[in-house]
Amino acid sequence: MEFFDILVSILGSAVRLSIPLLFTALAGLFSERAGIFDIGLEGKMLASAFASACVAYMTGNAWLGLLAGIAVSIAFSLIHGFASITNRGNQIVSGVALNFVAAGLTIVLGQAWFGQGGRTPQVPGEGRFAPIILPGVDAMREVPFIGPLYANVISGNNILTYIAFLMVPLSWWVLYRTRFGLRLRAVGENPGAVDTAGISVPWMRYRAVILAGFLCGFAGTYLAVAQSAAFINNMSAGKGYIALAALIFAKWRPVPVMFACLLFGFLDAVANFMQGKVVPGIGEVPVQIFQALPYVLTCILLAGFIGVARPPKAGGVPYTKER
Amino acid sequence: MSLGPSKEPAIELVGIDKKFGAVHANKNINLTVAKGSIHGIIGENGAGKSTLMSILYGFYHADEGEIRIFGKPVAIRDSQAAIAAGIGMVHQHFMLVENFTVLENVMLGAESGQLLAKGVASARKELKRLEDDYGLEVDPDAVIEELPVGRQQRVEILKALYRGAEILILDEPTGVLTPAEADHLFKVLRVLRDQGKTIILITHKLREIMAITDTVSVMRRGEMVATRKTAETTVEELAELMVGRRVLLRVEKGEAKPGSVLLSVRNLTVKDSRGVTMVDDVSFDVRAGEIVGIAGVAGNGQSELLEAIAGIRKPTSGEIFIDGQPAANVDPARLRDLGLAHIPEDRHHMGLVLKFEEYENSILGYHRNEQYGKGALLDLEAIRKDAEEKIAKYDIRPPNPRLKTANFSGGNQQKIVVAREIERDPKMLIIGQPTRGVDIGAIEFIHRRIIEMRDAGKAILLVSVELDEVRSLSDRILVMFAGKIVGEKEADAGEQTLGLMMAGIAA
Repeated sequence: MEFFDILVSILGSAVRLSIPLLFTALAGLFSERAGIFDIGLEGKMLASAFASACVAYMTGNAWLGLLAGIAVSIAFSLIHGFASITNRGNQIVSGVALNFVAAGLTIVLGQAWFGQGGRTPQVPGEGRFAPIILPGVDAMREVPFIGPLYANVISGNNILTYIAFLMVPLSWWVLYRTRFGLRLRAVGENPGAVDTAGISVPWMRYRAVILAGFLCGFAGTYLAVAQSAAFINNMSAGKGYIALAALIFAKWRPVPVMFACLLFGFLDAVANFMQGKVVPGIGEVPVQIFQALPYVLTCILLAGFIGVARPPKAGGVPYTKER
Repeated sequence: MSLGPSKEPAIELVGIDKKFGAVHANKNINLTVAKGSIHGIIGENGAGKSTLMSILYGFYHADEGEIRIFGKPVAIRDSQAAIAAGIGMVHQHFMLVENFTVLENVMLGAESGQLLAKGVASARKELKRLEDDYGLEVDPDAVIEELPVGRQQRVEILKALYRGAEILILDEPTGVLTPAEADHLFKVLRVLRDQGKTIILITHKLREIMAITDTVSVMRRGEMVATRKTAETTVEELAELMVGRRVLLRVEKGEAKPGSVLLSVRNLTVKDSRGVTMVDDVSFDVRAGEIVGIAGVAGNGQSELLEAIAGIRKPTSGEIFIDGQPAANVDPARLRDLGLAHIPEDRHHMGLVLKFEEYENSILGYHRNEQYGKGALLDLEAIRKDAEEKIAKYDIRPPNPRLKTANFSGGNQQKIVVAREIERDPKMLIIGQPTRGVDIGAIEFIHRRIIEMRDAGKAILLVSVELDEVRSLSDRILVMFAGKIVGEKEADAGEQTLGLMMAGIAA
């Protein structure tokens, strides 16, 4: 039974760790399916974490924090759009630049405003997204296996977690069942086809990056005012890149993105759990092994061992009308 | 100018003028196209045909001039406006989303509502109707990338008709088709015309103009130089109007005097990067003093065959001999030492570095020759002098070795490549698409050079998707289909025979 308890606790933490990945990977999905590579997911997450922590601290309202996080993240998206859509700049360079801006600006502003070395002060309890206990937890507690799973993995998460999982079918539906989705997928494959059909390529792509900013805002907010209670320097800690890896691993499809994020979250949870623990016969396993696994898996995928990851054909290429 | 006075005009262009910076792409163009007719627009590359059509389809705005559609002046601000005015366009490079189905491609931009479900049902019905009316059958659920090019083009036509196009513009539609597919396309176009649609056909192939159009306009250097009834003109007259001087359309050459075997290919098999067999157990010889042409529809393994011989792609198995020396899996520099020169199919991707200046490109691949410098340093003076000589000899314009290669026209870029490879005096020459995207004047020039090489006793292997070119230059023709050589014919083999072989129907 002890093993099962450990498993439940790892699964619970896996879900919590996968949420920022899920929001971010879905953000990347909309952007990249429209042909705009977004290496700046990391920066957007970080900037929105900072913004949401500041506003949640000052107003004591988590929802206002979320709003601020989304607004800042969309602002970053618009800069990326302006550089790479309007001015046809290099999308990777623009994304990397935004990551640097976010990393630097959050610390500078944090230090200037709060004087705590770039951190924000602790967000008060009402300014955070608290865990929600789903109905029936107590009634089911005694049911073997299912009871603890329900109580610790399904229930007891904050509202953003549930929103994240709702976003998966919603993204799928938008992408495959709406006119917007059809055009978005088309513009990432052959913008010429979209242009000659009389649809504005830049406007389609702008809408896609704005959507990406919107979703990234949730990710940052989750980090700062749901998972923790303050902004800490560089608190995104490479999650934006892991999310990008998950996106590639899932071949740019919403439902596989969810499973990829859960897998990577699970690896993260295992890494946390294994910290300092001794595995019989092997000794202490360095946590870095688990932390590296998402990247290793993605590399194996890209090398062609698990099918082929075919990115959107027009990805990364600025659109110019032919002469 | 009145053409077919009984018919009302579908399109009237009045005084269209367009400049791109210093380039005057369209100069005061006037054009009238009668409703229910097929009108050809012919001209060399850069004559302004595509610009004119792009203006009509709302891709560019004319600086001056008026467009009237069915008698009414219209402002075509964007493609949406062109579609609304009843204009549909079939682009040379298909504007299709390759991993979408036919249905999704047809619907894109005309989905009838925010949700797809409803539009799908009506689009399916409409496709069925178009199939019945015009004989344009295609599986609505097929994914584009799995369809042959002829079918993909049909989807482009369906896209236009689905949007209610009354006027259809086709930009170089036969470039990617087999002769049989082209014939089928023409049949479809005639049906469309007979049902009252107006069709504009842009092409540089004179034969097509003669075969299908009712009227034809010729453009040269941005100007509309003539409009004729097709029945009242000749290929010779049109060619002269296009180039502005008399051109020799036929290649004049004497009997070949084949000597010893210089290139020998034995059981060569080549796979592409996905592991698909592109060249399948191919064997043939090329002798000194003959031109062997390879005919085939693009994508049947000719490119891979050329690349394998040129040392760019590793063959999976088989052997290649150049002048008796083993030459499979040998790097291109060594092949050059053996006397092989290669004019690649795609000058932009392989033949030239477009950002380099002309003189730099004129020595690519030969830059280690002592004549151009010793050790690590290049003798720029010698290179430039050498480049100037080639420019003079090949009439490359503008005659400026310091000009960026991207700023030369297609024909002149090709001449840079041809000059570089031929002037090295190789023993054998392999040539891919010698005149793709090259104007008639330069075609004539390049063809003459190739014949001269043959007469000088070189072995020449020629690959071209232009069947006319293969037929007029070659002494022997090999036909490739699905990676195999399906037959060998004499140079005077009929087009129909070759066409059937290219389609894999007869051997």
